[in-house]
Amino acid sequence: MSHIFSFQRLLAMLIKEFIQMRRDRVTFAMMLGVPLVQLVLFGYAINNDPRGLPTALVTMANGPYARAAVTALENSEYFKFTEKDASPSQALSMLRKGKITFIVTIPSDFAKQAEAGTPNILIEADATDPAASGAAVASAPAIIEQAIANVKQKNPSLKQDLLTPSTIIHRKYNPEGVTQYNIVPALLGVILQLTLVMMTSIALTRETERGTMENLLSMPASPFEIMCGKVMPYIVVGAVQVVVVLVAGKVLFSIPFEGTLMLLIAATLVFVIALVLLGYFISTVATTQMQALQIAFFFFLPSLLLSGFMFPYAGMPEWAQKLGEVFPLTHFLRVVRAILLKGAEWHEVSASVYMLFLFVALLSLLALKRFKRTLD
Amino acid sequence: MNAIDVKGLTKRFGKKLVVNNVSLNVKPGEIVGFLGPNGSGKTTCIRMMCGLLKPDQGHGQVLGYDLLKDRLLIKSQVGYMTQKFSFYEDLTIEENLSFVARLYDLKSVKKHTTETLEKLGLLSRRDQLAGELSGGWKQRLALAACTMHKPKLLLLDEPTAGVDPKARRDFWEEIHRLAAEGMTVLVSTHYMDEAERCHRITYISYGVKLADGPLGDVIADAGLYTYTLTGTNLERFIPELQANKGVNQVAPFGNSLHVTGTNLQALKRALKPLEQHDDIHIERAETNLEDVFIKFMSDSTDNMQ
Repeated sequence: MSHIFSFQRLLAMLIKEFIQMRRDRVTFAMMLGVPLVQLVLFGYAINNDPRGLPTALVTMANGPYARAAVTALENSEYFKFTEKDASPSQALSMLRKGKITFIVTIPSDFAKQAEAGTPNILIEADATDPAASGAAVASAPAIIEQAIANVKQKNPSLKQDLLTPSTIIHRKYNPEGVTQYNIVPALLGVILQLTLVMMTSIALTRETERGTMENLLSMPASPFEIMCGKVMPYIVVGAVQVVVVLVAGKVLFSIPFEGTLMLLIAATLVFVIALVLLGYFISTVATTQMQALQIAFFFFLPSLLLSGFMFPYAGMPEWAQKLGEVFPLTHFLRVVRAILLKGAEWHEVSASVYMLFLFVALLSLLALKRFKRTLD
Repeated sequence: MNAIDVKGLTKRFGKKLVVNNVSLNVKPGEIVGFLGPNGSGKTTCIRMMCGLLKPDQGHGQVLGYDLLKDRLLIKSQVGYMTQKFSFYEDLTIEENLSFVARLYDLKSVKKHTTETLEKLGLLSRRDQLAGELSGGWKQRLALAACTMHKPKLLLLDEPTAGVDPKARRDFWEEIHRLAAEGMTVLVSTHYMDEAERCHRITYISYGVKLADGPLGDVIADAGLYTYTLTGTNLERFIPELQANKGVNQVAPFGNSLHVTGTNLQALKRALKPLEQHDDIHIERAETNLEDVFIKFMSDSTDNMQ
């Protein structure tokens, strides 16, 4: 038997490792589940050239030219007209809320302009995420020109050669298309999620693993007191992180501060509470610290991919968008981008903030229900 | 009113029956020793009585509160010291004590912690991390922490495991002092000398209570007769004695052998052949608790298998 290598000893190690791997169900599920989730998400949900972006149509014209332009835009698959009869102010409000990515405005004398050879179309794009709107905006002028030319050809009496349509593009909220403007506010959400969920996910499992849980449970502390005591310190940590990221965003990246700071802070606080409760809920589910961290990571991956942080939310298929709604991060990103870049007011972000409140209520109830008062 | 008055406690973990129909009565001010081999269900019993585990069957009262309904009330008046040190090793001695004082809503926290530190003789080491304490000191700290709120009932789960004899003696002096003040104590242990310090003992094995009563009664009720053999090289007789039906057990104690049996005549017959050896001295001895326990252990069927 060699002193350096013995097959028997290697076998002993291998068998032991395999047995331990098999016993740890969560790790095992993770090893099989993570690649599958990644594959499905990357494969089907993620699209760097997003199509079907929600668009509002503001039009005073209803002639063949306008119809042709709209149909052509829709046929390009980049634009999906979710609102076909919006008033300019309605459309603008939807753009600020992040419900739509584009507003297409066609003037009332569009037919006359087209026949004279100088049709004007205004496309206002939500440029907070330059990647989402870029390709659609770039392709729009050519699509519109072709559509109008086709209509004109059917009427030979018109001068065909005189066609210089102008598609006016307004990149709103981020006219220069600075990627940082989109990423840095979103990073606030991602950093908060990463640190707070991870820290709180081991809150209870640490007590269990160190053996202090038995003692804690034998003393008169209620589950609610334990939960609050466990998560409140991390709300303070989260508050400090918010200040650091916002100051750094302003100083290092000159992120615009369009909206009300108080509104942003209030909304962020709700998000932070939702996160620490999410972490705490994980700690009531996991049995070891290792498991808790694994569950936290298992949660991070889809939340980063589907929240609109890494890839445009509007470009995902509907099922992926629905799935994205279950992550607090998705709602927070809408709020933080709307407030910082678009100067959104309370009524424009309230729907997302209410969703965050819903997470807080739901997660605290779930955590309290999962919390075991006994060692059973 | 009894401090503990529970009937028919039963607990299963999965399919395994850990505690089977155990009833227990403990009078106020009593020190009751809770004995039994490893895995016999002592810890599970204690945990059920302080509200840490829900019994599958059984009912009763602890300090007059319903075992099933008033768990929070029980927790506030019971002190429970876990088998493993379960205070915070990354907190200082004083911080641990303040934490406990606040949880029990003691007024004032400062006064209670200082008094406890003083009593422990740890005033000068109050800022030391609890994790740095030796086994004996950890145990003293744990006892002080779980008696700080003056519980009426103290449940101790193998409190002296791994503690040196001097510390064990001090510990038991403290237990008797607390009992004299009116505290009821239920203490689980493996040590026979500790069982002898209790007013009463309860023996459970594989979840079943086998004996209950004052020490002398438990020994007498076991109906064992014991002889002590002294001499040299006694080990050679062990196989022969063990094979004899009149002998229940043979246990070596240093240079002597304890031979016990339930039938005095049969035991005498078994020892007869040894009398011819001049170098062996055979003497009738008093049965001790350990002999009784070894009998209990070998009698009870192991339901672990």
